[in-house]
Amino acid sequence: MSVVTLTIDEKIVSAQEGQTLLDVARENAIDIPTLCHLDGVSEAAACRLCLVEVVGTSRLLPACVTRAAEGMVVHTTTPKLVEYRRMILELFFTERNHVCSVCVANSACELQALAASQGMIHVRLDYLHPHLPVDTSHQQFGIDHNRCILCTRCVRACDEIEGAHTWDVAGRGIHSRVITDLAQPWGEATSCTSCGKCVQACPTGALFRQGSTVAEMQKDREQLAFLVRARKEKQWIS
Amino acid sequence: MDRSELNDLAQRERASWKPARLHCCTASGCLATGAEGVFKAMKQAITDKGLTDRVQAVGVGCLGLCGRGPLVQLAPQGPLFEQVSAEQAPSMVGAAVGESPHAAILDTAHPFFSSQLKIVCETSGEIDSERIEEYLALGGYRALHMALTEMTPAEVVQTISQSGLRGRGGAGYPTGLKWATVAKMPPGPKYVVCNGDEGDPGAFMDRSVMESDPHRVLEGMAIAGYAVGATQGFIYVRAEYPLAVERLRKAINQAKKLGVLGSGVFETPFDFRVDVRIGAGAFVCGEETALMASIEGRRGSPRPRPPYPAEMGLWDRPTLINNVETFANVPTILRKGADWFASIGTEKSKGTKVFSLTGKVRNTGLVEVPMGTSLRHIVEVMGGGVEGGSVKAVQTGGPSGGCIPAEFLDTSVDYESLAQLGSIMGSGGMIVMDQTTNMVEVARFFMEFCMDESCGKCIPCRVGTVQMHRLLSKIAEGKATSTDLALLEQLVPMVSETSLCGLGQTAPNPVKSTLRYFRHEYEERLRPMTSTNGRVPLPLRLA
Amino acid sequence: MDKLKFATVWLGGCSGCHMSFLDLDEWLIELADRVELVYSPLMDAKKFPEDVDVVLVEGAVANQENEEMAHRLRKASRYVIAFGDCAVTGNVTALRNPLGLALEVLRPVYLENGDANPRLPDEKGIVPVLLDRVLPLHQVIPVDCYLPGCPPDAPRIRAVLQDLLDGKVPQLSVEQRYFG
Repeated sequence: MSVVTLTIDEKIVSAQEGQTLLDVARENAIDIPTLCHLDGVSEAAACRLCLVEVVGTSRLLPACVTRAAEGMVVHTTTPKLVEYRRMILELFFTERNHVCSVCVANSACELQALAASQGMIHVRLDYLHPHLPVDTSHQQFGIDHNRCILCTRCVRACDEIEGAHTWDVAGRGIHSRVITDLAQPWGEATSCTSCGKCVQACPTGALFRQGSTVAEMQKDREQLAFLVRARKEKQWIS
Repeated sequence: MDRSELNDLAQRERASWKPARLHCCTASGCLATGAEGVFKAMKQAITDKGLTDRVQAVGVGCLGLCGRGPLVQLAPQGPLFEQVSAEQAPSMVGAAVGESPHAAILDTAHPFFSSQLKIVCETSGEIDSERIEEYLALGGYRALHMALTEMTPAEVVQTISQSGLRGRGGAGYPTGLKWATVAKMPPGPKYVVCNGDEGDPGAFMDRSVMESDPHRVLEGMAIAGYAVGATQGFIYVRAEYPLAVERLRKAINQAKKLGVLGSGVFETPFDFRVDVRIGAGAFVCGEETALMASIEGRRGSPRPRPPYPAEMGLWDRPTLINNVETFANVPTILRKGADWFASIGTEKSKGTKVFSLTGKVRNTGLVEVPMGTSLRHIVEVMGGGVEGGSVKAVQTGGPSGGCIPAEFLDTSVDYESLAQLGSIMGSGGMIVMDQTTNMVEVARFFMEFCMDESCGKCIPCRVGTVQMHRLLSKIAEGKATSTDLALLEQLVPMVSETSLCGLGQTAPNPVKSTLRYFRHEYEERLRPMTSTNGRVPLPLRLA
Repeated sequence: MDKLKFATVWLGGCSGCHMSFLDLDEWLIELADRVELVYSPLMDAKKFPEDVDVVLVEGAVANQENEEMAHRLRKASRYVIAFGDCAVTGNVTALRNPLGLALEVLRPVYLENGDANPRLPDEKGIVPVLLDRVLPLHQVIPVDCYLPGCPPDAPRIRAVLQDLLDGKVPQLSVEQRYFG
């Protein structure tokens, strides 16, 4: 595989051809925020936080699906990007009821962390305050739609790693909702293997282990990438 | 079927036409105002008067001036009757044999008709939409036959490229270039998709073409299939167009029976199958990647491009996606030549464009005009302007487009000029607004549409449209302050630059263009700041 | 050197932010040297003064009394700090918003599940009337500085106040900006 050289934020870096900009940036300790990306599963390009500016392109490009190319000049923190990211985070916070102080994932939440790191310190837009359910019909896990940001990591992890495809998205626009099986209560979703990968994949407190209270739901998101890598490299077969 | 059989069939069909034909529009517009009853009554009247060997009633496609339907035209070269009723049927049948009719007659010398140049609508309104023989009688499928027997696929692509045809779905991508890209992809399964998911409020061009002349679309698709090396085509039609679906299905069956579609088209080695796929009501499925997902049976939501459908489309195979009107241009371009087509229109926008002219305009309906015609000519001359008032703005491009104020009515209609004004050509919806129209409400209306139609995949579109709609509502209701307007103006570029697909990227356009030209209408609705509300942080007197 | 006229206000919140303020411990003594506390639930002042330099506002705007107070303090203060998550986001106080407007929230509590003599708490002039929606402070009045946290811990509060005392625009580190 050939190697390409490109510039990210004034830093000259090299990358394997075909590698995504997000990947290259992370290898070089350049932080590009994202919420829907998860190592080990396919990309959704839906959270739009990883948008970057590439010289010569008028459009903003999602770093998670844009391939590194020879001579590319990439900017990841222009004033415009900073402002847009802040506003995207505001949109996330207005969409559902993200009340960090009473959330199981408080201090282990990627949305909360991004708000802090991106300087989203208050929300200028109106909160929509939708009335949403919490489904605790599953024996071990629960889903609180108030915390869901529709990143679809759970959908992809369940489909691509576990192969169960219990999760999917129903409804459209602002009424979109992740569902289990045919929009049945999770506890009645017969395809669910109770593997818990979705819970680990979830960036917020939407998916949680039952019995966790405020700030108790720590997540091990690297577990999924580990599984995928181990499977690909046949690490368990001597 | 070979060439001579094709000619025979066409000749036999023409010979069977009666000396006088009463063309009754049976497209959706006229059906809605009672065309079916008129059509039946005319047939009855012909029998009653014993004129079956001299006169025939034909259910044809769209006759254009939808606002005055039901329309009936006496062909050839007879009067065009407007707003006819079943009671007037005997009188119109009488007119076919020289009696003076008792039905209102439209002036076909009026610019609404005389300024039109029909390529896409060439045979629409001339033939029975449900009989392939009538299409053949007027030269139908001749272009496909010519392509298959006299041209190589590369020559077909070349002709389309030379013609300068650009995508009629809105974005205006050069059609030839798209075809060439798909043609160049390595051999193997490829697909041709016709996008008939026309969903813009106020737009009905594609519906009319599919209902009036389904074979023209099929012929264009088959030619495209030959040019790019595809053997399977799909027409994706929205479920709200049942008549188009029915006629397309009928047309596909007829074409298969005659061997102009299916395996061994015109007894050549070229196979081309077409299937109809019906949308389930989501506007976003007009976006090509969402449309493909829907055809594959998945949730109709878009994915990032690249890869473009031309490289990786349906089931990851190279796929050519064009709009209905684009395909409908193809047979004529092949028959009359690329140079002929390129001689029509402007330097960068060739050929004609079909517009559905609606809103506060005297003559509403479908018009096909050469590119480069001025908006003023379309709206004020052909459309007859606003009854008892004047034009305030013209909205083109539906929810993705913008409002062009009256002072720019002299702009020529082509891709670049409209884009420069902050609107787009779009698929061809043209909504005329008069002075009573509240532009904030217009922006709110289109934003509500986009909000309802957002698929929900990406956050800027899913929530950004909701927030913009809230702000627009606040402004419209007089509850907003200048802070709200400032927020709206920050959301507009953010949503257009960060959304995943065309729906979100263009959703702020109606706000953008109304803010650009009618900013005062926003400002005059703002609530004054209270003394505390507008307070800016004071410099601190610090220790 | 004049002392800064300093106030703290308690709107719709649990007073946890004020408790956290007291966690400043001995630094409070230092603070007392630099500011004059002119209004606070921690002291006995009935009326918000006419001229205040810096005010910490805890809590969301949940009722008419909160709303009036917010306007009054804005008029009289140079620098308004939204103090804690309830003031910044609505937080726990705003948890009632998804349940509906004020009456829709009160009805099941006071009428449908009320005891012997169910009635709405609507004693004029005694019980403040609930607003239909709980709002974060900046949706009611302009706010100059946001101090998130539930509650903001003492070092965060100190960081903001120290910056102000030093004549600087307060800057919070990333760790100090977390909600919750």
